[in-house]
Amino acid sequence: MKRPEPVQVIKQRRDTALARLVSGVPYIAWLGIEFERKGDELTATLPFTDKLVGNPMLPAIHGGVTAAFLESTATMELAWQMLWAEVESKQLDPEQITAETMPRLPKTIDFTVDYLRAGLPRDAYARARVVRSGRRYASVQVEAWQDNRDKLFAAATGHFLMPARDD
Amino acid sequence: MIARQFIEAIPHSRELGMQLDEIGGGYAVVSMPWDARFVGDPKTGVIHGGAVSALMDTCCGAAVISAEKTPGVTATLDLRIDYMRPATPGQRIVARATCYHVTRSVAFVRAVAHDDDAETPVASAAGAFTAGAGEDRRPSTEALS
Repeated sequence: MKRPEPVQVIKQRRDTALARLVSGVPYIAWLGIEFERKGDELTATLPFTDKLVGNPMLPAIHGGVTAAFLESTATMELAWQMLWAEVESKQLDPEQITAETMPRLPKTIDFTVDYLRAGLPRDAYARARVVRSGRRYASVQVEAWQDNRDKLFAAATGHFLMPARDD
Repeated sequence: MIARQFIEAIPHSRELGMQLDEIGGGYAVVSMPWDARFVGDPKTGVIHGGAVSALMDTCCGAAVISAEKTPGVTATLDLRIDYMRPATPGQRIVARATCYHVTRSVAFVRAVAHDDDAETPVASAAGAFTAGAGEDRRPSTEALS
């Protein structure tokens, strides 16, 4: 009987794949978005910084930052699900993922954000759920919160064009 | 002069290098230069949709506060963005927003963004913004407890 792979090896393969995927997008790095992984589940964190402010009087996070945070979370979730099987089956070696060889990311067709309450000057968190993912199109919902998981400050739904998987 | 103050008052818009080109009567034009830091697709150098969202949101907000019967502040209630084509790397993105209807509490806005090819839009947006005093949009302290 084949011995199962050591847990550290599996974790490292998954974490490397995720880190390579995330670091390949300059704008995600510029905003400072981080992704945390538990199994295949991703949680995005947007640590608060002054450059994210839209209204300094309140102060509140810029609506555009909120939109960008949710859209990045949705795109990463889709890309991650797309790559997951290949990483697990070792078809894809995470060390080989570079800016040049990076798989094409899904393209946003449309994205709608509901602003439920002001984004406070604190860290924000988001999780995306792929509602439907076909060969060409995908529909994704995203929820974002700050201090309390039940009190969303923004929610979004978007449609994406999936990249051709023959490259 | 006022145009510069408007962007200076919005830290994130300033960070993205935005410029208020025109404002008044519920209409605003805001543009943003291409910047390698704001790229979403490293293979093509195309700007991330999120940066376009920030531009659209800023431009729509400017159109709202410049409309008659709205206060000098506003907050986004919802914003939908359609991405028609990738913006050409290296080119400025220009957003034009019109606040086409205002009620006692809500302002309705539409916007279009384009690059050097002004005939073919890069993205369009439609949104609702607050137009009243907006008491319930202030950050609450309840989350602190």
